[in-house]
Amino acid sequence: MNSSELDLDALARLARLALTPEEKATFQRQLADLLQHIERLSQVDVTGVEPSAHAHPLQNVWQEDEPQPGLPPAEALRNAPARRDQMIAVPKVVE
Amino acid sequence: MTTSTTPLYYLSLAEAAAALSSGRISSAELTDAVIARAEAVEPQLHALLSADPAAARAQAQASDARRAAGKSLGPLDGIPIGLKDVIAVRDQPLTAGSRMLANFISPYDATVTRRLREAGAVLYGRHNCDEFAMGSSTENSAFHPTGNPWDLERVPGGSSGGSAAALAAGEALATLGSDTGGSIRQPAALCGVVGLKPTYGRVSRYGLVAYASSLDQIGPFGRTVEDVALVLQAIAGHDERDSTSLRAKTEDFGAELRGPAIPRRLGLPREYFGEGLDPEVAAAVEQAVSYYRGLGCEVRPVSLPHTPYCLDTYYVLATAEASSNLSRYDGIRYGHRCAEPRDLNDLYSRSRAEGFGAEVKRRIILGTYVLSSGYYDAYYLRAQKVRTLVRRDFLQAFADVDALLTPTSPIPAFRRGEKADPLAMYLCDIYTIGANLAGLPAMSVPCGFTRAGLPVGFQLLGQPLGEAQLLALGHAYDREHQWGRRHPNL
Amino acid sequence: MSTSGAAGILISDLGPAVSSPVPPAVSYEAVIGLEVHVQIRTRSKIFTRVAAGYGHEPNTLTDPVVLALPGALPVMNRAALDAIIKAGLLLGCEIAPVCKWDRKNYFYPDSPKNYQISQFDAPVCRGGTVEIELPGSARNVMGEHKRIPLTRIHLEEDVGKLNHGAAESLVDYNRAGTPLMEIVSDPALHSGDEAYAYLTSLRATMIQGGISDCDMEKGQLRCDANISLRPAGSTTLGTKVELKNLNSISFVRDGIEHEIRRQRAILERGGRISQETRDYDGMSGTSQSLRSKEEAHDYRYFPDPDLMPVVIDAAWCERLRAECPELPFDRQRRFLADHQLPYTQTSVLVWDQPLADYFEAAVRLGAAPQAAGNWIINDLRRELAAAGSTPAECRLSPAHLVALLRLVDSGVLLNAAAKEVFVEMFATGDSAEVIADRRGLRAAPTDTAELDGWCRDAIAGNPKAAAEFRSGKDSALNALKGPVMKAAKGKANPKAVDETLRRLLAAV
Ligand SMILES: [Mg+2]
Ligand SMILES: [Zn+2]
Repeated sequence: MNSSELDLDALARLARLALTPEEKATFQRQLADLLQHIERLSQVDVTGVEPSAHAHPLQNVWQEDEPQPGLPPAEALRNAPARRDQMIAVPKVVE
Repeated sequence: MTTSTTPLYYLSLAEAAAALSSGRISSAELTDAVIARAEAVEPQLHALLSADPAAARAQAQASDARRAAGKSLGPLDGIPIGLKDVIAVRDQPLTAGSRMLANFISPYDATVTRRLREAGAVLYGRHNCDEFAMGSSTENSAFHPTGNPWDLERVPGGSSGGSAAALAAGEALATLGSDTGGSIRQPAALCGVVGLKPTYGRVSRYGLVAYASSLDQIGPFGRTVEDVALVLQAIAGHDERDSTSLRAKTEDFGAELRGPAIPRRLGLPREYFGEGLDPEVAAAVEQAVSYYRGLGCEVRPVSLPHTPYCLDTYYVLATAEASSNLSRYDGIRYGHRCAEPRDLNDLYSRSRAEGFGAEVKRRIILGTYVLSSGYYDAYYLRAQKVRTLVRRDFLQAFADVDALLTPTSPIPAFRRGEKADPLAMYLCDIYTIGANLAGLPAMSVPCGFTRAGLPVGFQLLGQPLGEAQLLALGHAYDREHQWGRRHPNL
Repeated sequence: MSTSGAAGILISDLGPAVSSPVPPAVSYEAVIGLEVHVQIRTRSKIFTRVAAGYGHEPNTLTDPVVLALPGALPVMNRAALDAIIKAGLLLGCEIAPVCKWDRKNYFYPDSPKNYQISQFDAPVCRGGTVEIELPGSARNVMGEHKRIPLTRIHLEEDVGKLNHGAAESLVDYNRAGTPLMEIVSDPALHSGDEAYAYLTSLRATMIQGGISDCDMEKGQLRCDANISLRPAGSTTLGTKVELKNLNSISFVRDGIEHEIRRQRAILERGGRISQETRDYDGMSGTSQSLRSKEEAHDYRYFPDPDLMPVVIDAAWCERLRAECPELPFDRQRRFLADHQLPYTQTSVLVWDQPLADYFEAAVRLGAAPQAAGNWIINDLRRELAAAGSTPAECRLSPAHLVALLRLVDSGVLLNAAAKEVFVEMFATGDSAEVIADRRGLRAAPTDTAELDGWCRDAIAGNPKAAAEFRSGKDSALNALKGPVMKAAKGKANPKAVDETLRRLLAAV
């Protein structure tokens, strides 16, 4: 992995992280080292191997459609940094 | 090991349960002793992030009242138990060691919290950890590092370092941690206590702040294997709020310990005894192996050929899942929100930049990268396939042996700041990650000390849902050696 | 702002001018694909058990899972799976034997986790079709039928709702986590009318299948349209524009027609269509660009580690197939073939399942289909509309109607009287007999000699009609009935008139 292939700006944008120039420089170097290590995965022969998304194969895990009580609004919003009219306030969204 | 002079806060859970049951002590006394001990050691140790002594005392009194009325809820009733601060406790702070959640109060209980309450436990203390459970030293906490009770200049391991250190220092009689790549077992080894990561799905994750969902598992720390079995008994079992929860019957883990038979065939994976293993650690583990030989166990070498790829597989899968799991920390509904955001994206980007520490950011970026378009197949999908191979290695080994025995950590506790390079830190987990990838139960049992007085642990790995066997095997050694009953000079 | 030409296109809609010479006139074909989101009617949310609902106080339908609090985990609601499998069976889709859940990662304040749980490469349904009927040449003529192929249907969770204020937006998470089906058509539609017909048919199918109420005002059915133009005969697709916020079926049709005109105007000027998302304002009939495709998303889909795959076996499908109603157009074809209903009546009944059920119940009880159809389509619908009521709530049962028809048929009730009885039956739920007696509406018993006389007069006065009838033209009898009824001042029993005329005509 060539560290220049890692477009930190694009990744930080996708992840919504405002990185400082120093952080970018450090991460660029560290992540390149890590990726070089991780590259070793390409040595493994995975032909015909099924991917595992889970540790153990379970299926059809569900609940029945019977409502249970939720959180009272005061509890739901107790940690909200900004609220108004029992809703969460955010900077105006322009769609 | 216990004498009449053993302070209450250093009793084993089983001893305390017996003392409570016989009426020799009350939960109020026990809880007061633990609270006083915490107040005494915290200024040096820093294992706690928050604690609510008043709530704990009220629970202790309620326990004593229950017992007086002949309505004891079992061995945990009245026992002070602490939780890693990634487990939700209703109306208490839940920070995950992050500035992001510095002011967050949980409006609900995790399933394990509810089960501990139902068992009558006194919930005391929420323990420091690496931020969002990402780390192996508890240095990544946004609030403060935690010392190792055996040497305050050294780390307690991580990410559940606070829970291991708190137990070793007498700030609880048992604690709960979480383990994604070794975060219970490695600090257990470094602090000289027992730590169990149960089979994935054995203990509900509902209410556990997610790091990497397919690897995370809650488990107990105890001073003895028996204590760990008692706590597991209370928290294990199917939970309909967790889709990955197994519908396994929950054995009586405590009774299994006293059963006559222990597994006889032990495997030593050769890949776990190679380069990078500290000779003193190797020697202590070798003594444990000899003990089992002496018990009549057949010990044979086995191979887990994909071991060299476990670390890489782990870092791809864990960071990918983490990048998505941690998206919810956005400063909108809860958590840190930056001052005067210009617009929505500014709010997201600055709140997250200010709220997260370096290790979290690094893993989010890496996880974002391995999932991003064009790289998914090469990294994420490939890692999922290697995971299949890793699991297959273990299941094949279990065709020939009942359990595997390895060192828990390649090295004993290291000095704070010693592993500044992320990769060097990640290598601390090489022996523990396999169990998470394969979803196996694994336990670290203390097996001695280095010349410098630092604890060493060995790891036992069992088959899926093989906790009872694993505990019986660990207990056979632990009952004779009781390394976890030694106490630091603190 | 000035408008250009007859199409009513704003100049600003036309995109940048291009200096190349105007190409020779080509005719363009529009290619349209629809993405329809349908909320599934369940009692609780898709991944947690707090109630689902519309119109509640803000943030009263939340819990740790809905709010994505630290530590909360999703568990699937089986009813949502049942609903999508049923939808797939109704539309003839292939039901996947195994499906799974994926995370679609993107940041937005209405999305509490900043990822949406959805299905990426293993949706529940693939293929299938929506049968549509295009407008006929006249209201009473059946139009062309087509089957629009579907690409897929998958299940996902709905997001919360943003309320935009002057300086800030306010988020209500009540809607977040409502089960949602995304129904994706192939790019196989060609006009606003086809899109209108598609949505009408899809909506009726979902409602009749009990899957959703599909109330567009409540956001229970939402539609985005992907529209591109290509020279007629070409097989490659042109650059597509995504049209959003089409919040009624008429606006979908109008928005698509507007977009087709806009693109055609650009192409005819030699311009190029830019790939973008546009917002159509149904009130003003204009659209504006929301965003261009340069800010392409990278959703980083991956399997959700918190949820397990779903295995759908044949028994599960068969259990749901047994609950599937007949499709609207299949029922219409049956009403045309088996009951010889006029097309206009069937085209009312096809969209109105309760009314069609009412009709079938009446026929089962012995009603003549055409007479029952008339009463139901005209009288019952009028009374229901006036009362704001439904056939299920209505006190006038199919059995009441059948009894009324019998009285009419046997000449006990004349038409005008029957109408009165009907209205009162609807209001009171009393039987036709009781009302007819109470109100004295039974037709007077006819004096045979008097009737014979009127009939003889009518035959004598209309020799042409009489001759035609005798030579085999049955309908000529009607020309004779008029004068009889007139002489009887409307009080004669039509059945008796009919019989008497036939007897007298046959006798001579
Ligand atoms: Mg879509
Ligand atoms: Zn969708």
